[in-house]
Amino acid sequence: MSASPRTSKDRSQTEPTVVRWLLIAIAVTFLMLFLILPLAAVFSQAFDKGFTVYLDALREADTLSSIKLTVLTAAFCVPLNLFFGVTAAWAIAKFSFPGKNLLITLIDLPFSVSPVISGLIYVLIFGLQGWIGPWLQDHDIRIVFAVPGIILATIFVTFPFVARELIPLMEAQGREEEEAALVLGASGLQTFWRVTLPNVKWGIIYGVILCNARAMGEFGAVSVVSGHIRGMTNTVPLHVEILYNEYNYTAAFAVASLLAFLALITLVIKTIAEWKVQQQLQKN
Amino acid sequence: MSIEIENITKKFSTFNALSNVSLTIPSGELVALLGPSGCGKTTLLRIIAGLEYADSGRILFNGEDTTKSHVRERKVGFVFQHYALFRHMTVFDNVAFGLTVRPKETRPTKQQISEKVMNLLHLVQMENMANRYPAQLSGGQRQRIALARALAVEPQVLLLDEPFGALDAQVRAELRRWLRKLHDEIHVTSVFVTHDQEEALEVADRIVVMNKGKIEQAGTPDQVYESPASAFVLSFLGNVNLFHGRISQGQGQLGGLKVDSNGYAGADDTPAVAYVRSHDIEIDRVWRDETSIKAEIRHILKLGPAVRVSLSIDGSGDFIDAELTRDVFQSLALRHGESVFVRPRQVRVFVDDYQI
Amino acid sequence: MKLFKRQNNVLPGFGPTLGFTIFYLSLIVLIPLSALVFRTAGLTWGEFVSTVTAPRVMASYKVTFGAALVAASINAVFGVLVAWVLVRYKFPGRKIADALVDLPFALPTAVAGITLATIYSPNGWVGRFLEPLGIKVAFTPLGITLAMTFIGLPFVVRTVQPVVEEIEVELEEAALCLGASRWQTIQRVIFPMLLPSILTGFALAFARAVGEYGSIIFIAGNMPMVSEITPLLIITKLEQFDYQGATAIACVMLLASFLMLLVINLLQKWSRRYAE
Repeated sequence: MSASPRTSKDRSQTEPTVVRWLLIAIAVTFLMLFLILPLAAVFSQAFDKGFTVYLDALREADTLSSIKLTVLTAAFCVPLNLFFGVTAAWAIAKFSFPGKNLLITLIDLPFSVSPVISGLIYVLIFGLQGWIGPWLQDHDIRIVFAVPGIILATIFVTFPFVARELIPLMEAQGREEEEAALVLGASGLQTFWRVTLPNVKWGIIYGVILCNARAMGEFGAVSVVSGHIRGMTNTVPLHVEILYNEYNYTAAFAVASLLAFLALITLVIKTIAEWKVQQQLQKN
Repeated sequence: MSIEIENITKKFSTFNALSNVSLTIPSGELVALLGPSGCGKTTLLRIIAGLEYADSGRILFNGEDTTKSHVRERKVGFVFQHYALFRHMTVFDNVAFGLTVRPKETRPTKQQISEKVMNLLHLVQMENMANRYPAQLSGGQRQRIALARALAVEPQVLLLDEPFGALDAQVRAELRRWLRKLHDEIHVTSVFVTHDQEEALEVADRIVVMNKGKIEQAGTPDQVYESPASAFVLSFLGNVNLFHGRISQGQGQLGGLKVDSNGYAGADDTPAVAYVRSHDIEIDRVWRDETSIKAEIRHILKLGPAVRVSLSIDGSGDFIDAELTRDVFQSLALRHGESVFVRPRQVRVFVDDYQI
Repeated sequence: MKLFKRQNNVLPGFGPTLGFTIFYLSLIVLIPLSALVFRTAGLTWGEFVSTVTAPRVMASYKVTFGAALVAASINAVFGVLVAWVLVRYKFPGRKIADALVDLPFALPTAVAGITLATIYSPNGWVGRFLEPLGIKVAFTPLGITLAMTFIGLPFVVRTVQPVVEEIEVELEEAALCLGASRWQTIQRVIFPMLLPSILTGFALAFARAVGEYGSIIFIAGNMPMVSEITPLLIITKLEQFDYQGATAIACVMLLASFLMLLVINLLQKWSRRYAE
């Protein structure tokens, strides 16, 4: 518990004050230029023409329907990937088997694939010229350029979030507590709900919040599979693009400010979750 | 409840953790599995608990085969080396866990659980800590909670994995005595794993010495200490001096040591090793009999109540250690560099692990 | 005994959980990705080569990989600096700065894209100061580099930061006791310890930048041969119903990501070479 991170004060050796402040100044300037400035710009542009214009932009029918679609997409992706993440973490962290490292690499794969490719692969399978596209057309089922395609592509890009957060956490916590629960007569599910889950609670929240942020904010992959049908297959980020390309900057930034706000909330929860996870690990 | 272990074998890939181990643990005894790390003692304990499955062999509780039954059904209490307390639960909830996970039909009422937990906390002298979290306890306190938690389900067998391993010396000695006392009160068949011979000798009714996946000897502390069945047991319990040499026709010449080796009457010019415990070596200023060997004091080390004297034997130059009490040391007034005579009080000769 | 992993574990659920993991992984990731490879296999080798080495495609590689390389280098330098400052020095706003480093992870790329394009346009907050100096950012490869720097920023910081945190004070004190100057200590003790994580962070930032789409297209100008990135080219081909072309280029990109993944894995292995 006393393993508090070292701070400059306990350092016996550090740079001269001038150097220190110079380095701080450079770092802060860099962060200001790249992080704070864009963030400020989003809100500034959004409120450029006043609050009423801002609200009007958000109340527009197409905006509302894009919000609906984005929430719907996240509502599918997050629970599915959460379930997958927990299941995969259980198998990988609590058991040993050959090929484990390969499996971890494969789970991380969607992170290293360009979002454009993430969308393309579904077009190749479900598109009209795709593997099962013709069959789908015969049966009047639309997947790409429709909502299911958007959901699938989003599941792909958010696939690793929960798993990659939980695997190292559950590995670090070992198996002893679960074994202790079993010796005391708990069933497998009881052990999972009452011992494993509370221990990784904040790790799950961390994974879920990042998964959700990406699901709601994904642009590239969704852009490929959506077909850009206004009011139908437009998610919030796609709607931002459309408004921007129509030179409707205020509306574009108004909608973008929603996403920026979501990003800020995500960062806050993430920071809290990170802190809690650290705390939990130190209890060992 | 008695435990019978029959021909247990366990392999981890190519490593033989346990090879054909058999052992009977009588009901109500406190047994120590003693051995160096990697000897298979923890694996055996985990197999008894059902946390690990043997490749072959059987485990019987009270004559009943439990080999196939799941850890959940074995009703054992297990105390983990690092306690494995549920860190997100209070002390109370930790101890109550085994009762609260029972199916509704057999689960005691809230009040019964509460009473039981408080009784156990009283037993382990932790009743004031019920609302604390494990992170807020000291090592010794966590150990006692782990024990209370294991006892809450009224196990027929209590298994402890290196129960004092992670504690500092003073707490360890205290808890050792306390565990012995507790066992005398509740009398549940208990097995604990340790690599500390002193711990095993002090606490256990019976010691099982293990090495390389096999049992070297099982017996009371006196038996294993006084009449070790193998060179390994002898050298693992206490400090010993080794004299290498050969025996032939009932006589041994082992590094300046002449011994009768009638047990190996048939042996002819066979390499053998004589073992003498450090405290079985006497130091004299005068020659007593033909077992006296001339040696020079090379080093004197005072270890609290005892004094360890290192000597080199004249002729061979072999080093031996003798352990004397402070009184004896002072009355002899030994000094560095002096020539003295050493006389082994008790010598054990082993040829290929067979004792005379 | 801990050395030997136990195969026969008493914890329940191994079969079902592993089974579901592999099933879901195959369904969502492996089978769709293999579609890309099979589709490309439909092309002859000659067709494939001519598609992926067409001048416009080659120009897009140059822009994409070149800008990504520059962006990752910028991030390597400033990322280490930021990580160092965040761990070692105390200053007002440090915690907020620390939390904000992850903004590029959390902020949707489209939002980042339109914002950067606006700030760096000739009459934007920053662009208006650069314009008189003759520096054009928006709608040039410089803009692409800028966007890539933005999205790659957290990678170096977050890989280097924990390593800086774990450097034991004793090491620096030992170097000091042995007569090393502060600069020598940094050069000969600290930097070698950080190097593997810097390279890993660099590789991660590079890999991310190469595949990035959303934050770039708004600021890039997207002029063929000049400021058109490869991911955009894939989409362009797709919109022209040139599935074969899109697939072939995507396959090259996928190969590049696999190579990067391999490099990153090797780097991580290398960084653990002194670990027990």
